[in-house]
Amino acid sequence: MIHNFLRYVVYSVVAFFSFSSAFASGKQAAEGEIDVKEIVLGHLGDAYEWHFFATENVEGTIPLPCIVRDEETHEWKVFMSSKIHEAMEHGEANYQGFYFNEERNGKIYQQLSDGTSVRPLDFSITKNVSQILLTSLILIVVFLGCARWAKGHNSKEDAPGGFVGMMEALVMYLVNDLIKPCVGEKHYRPFVPYLLTVFFFILVSNLLGLVPGGANVTGNINITFFLAFCTMLAINLSGNKEYWKEIFWPDVPVMLKFYPIAIMPVIEMFGIISKPFALMVRLFANMMAGHAIILSFLAIIFVTCAMGGWMSYVVGGGMTIMSFVMILFMNFLECLVAFVQAYVFTLLSAVFIGLSHPVHEHKA
Amino acid sequence: MNLPGMLTPDIGLIFWMALAFIIVLLILAKFGFPAIIKMVEERQQFISESLTNARKANEELASIQAKGEKILCEAREEQAKIVKDAMATRDAMIKEAKAKASAEGEKLLQEAKAQIQVEKENALREIRSQVAELSIQIAEQLVMEQLKDDYKQETYINSLLDKIEK
Repeated sequence: MIHNFLRYVVYSVVAFFSFSSAFASGKQAAEGEIDVKEIVLGHLGDAYEWHFFATENVEGTIPLPCIVRDEETHEWKVFMSSKIHEAMEHGEANYQGFYFNEERNGKIYQQLSDGTSVRPLDFSITKNVSQILLTSLILIVVFLGCARWAKGHNSKEDAPGGFVGMMEALVMYLVNDLIKPCVGEKHYRPFVPYLLTVFFFILVSNLLGLVPGGANVTGNINITFFLAFCTMLAINLSGNKEYWKEIFWPDVPVMLKFYPIAIMPVIEMFGIISKPFALMVRLFANMMAGHAIILSFLAIIFVTCAMGGWMSYVVGGGMTIMSFVMILFMNFLECLVAFVQAYVFTLLSAVFIGLSHPVHEHKA
Repeated sequence: MNLPGMLTPDIGLIFWMALAFIIVLLILAKFGFPAIIKMVEERQQFISESLTNARKANEELASIQAKGEKILCEAREEQAKIVKDAMATRDAMIKEAKAKASAEGEKLLQEAKAQIQVEKENALREIRSQVAELSIQIAEQLVMEQLKDDYKQETYINSLLDKIEK
């Protein structure tokens, strides 16, 4: 029964996709070649509005507030991003000097009075920022909800079920099976909130990024840079004497660490940077790649359908079905990756923090 | 150099990320995770305490059962002993009673014998006195018969007197 129903759903969706894409291709073909690179990079990048869909008449777009500093007067300006679009539609080159520089990923640039254009200080609530705020809101609601449940019940009488139980199981799994063994039984407690927050922040961001229309937050180097930077602070600010001794005065011959070739401290200093750098790049590359693959498969549909002529219906239809299957597969895979990457980031952060509290084990 | 959007450094994005992340971290570190972890740890402690208590209770129960068994055993032994004692007492009593009864019987027999002896003597005495009386009466009758005439009386008296004189 369910099997038949699922098959029906899949057939309908595939049929819908093939027809609609073939239909869309007619329009696209008329307008010219499809720039796959621009589509993919555009969707991976940030934006000043939340764009869902666009037809000829309706724009499914939510404009977001721009907060920029006027580089001439040093005044802060707040306006909706739609203002710039409106100004451009009315034939003006910019709105109060601000315009989207398509050569610089559509970022807001300011046209100065001397004719040059500069990038102003830009604290706009972009698509990524709004998704970060949404993620924060989800985290706060979920965990304060769980904490509220915990406050309202006697721990000796009730055990949570349902969603609270699931979150509790997840939190305790991370604490007991990841943070405690990786950081070390002795020092793990102060790092629990940070590592849990990192995990759930990345997880929720990843999952929201998979929702159609979701922003590519964890696939943005700025976000992973910040998270890796936090981990670097956690590693180095909590490092004990042993840790710093290992860096500046490791157990190697003196000539390797002091004179004439003081190479060990250099290598160790490099290690300080490379550990969080690896974290930053790993998360960024994994999430970005996953999104890029899904978007590329989507683009295949439009590319093949845009070939024009009767071929576009045959090849386009075939490729649509194939792409759809691949996208489905990739989405399932990305659900797994969303969890795995959050897990790996937390795991490695925990391991690195654990390494900054070495236990006396050398010189047995 | 024109990097793709997701590779371009963006102060604004980092600023908002930092702000949001730090606020979330502070709120959750203060109110979120500790409450959940505390609840679980309390429950774990409670469960392990309960297990310990259950084990203790089991052990106690086992020891109580053993004690009960022991008490029962002792009671049985006691009972057996009491029964044995009672039987011994009974036997002794029966024996004593028998001895007493036989002694009593003997005594009664003796008394009866003595009584019979006395009765016999009494009877003999009575018989003797009766016999004497009867003999006297018979003798009287005889004498009366013999001494019916005066002569005979005289002769007899004389003979008697003769005897006395002798």
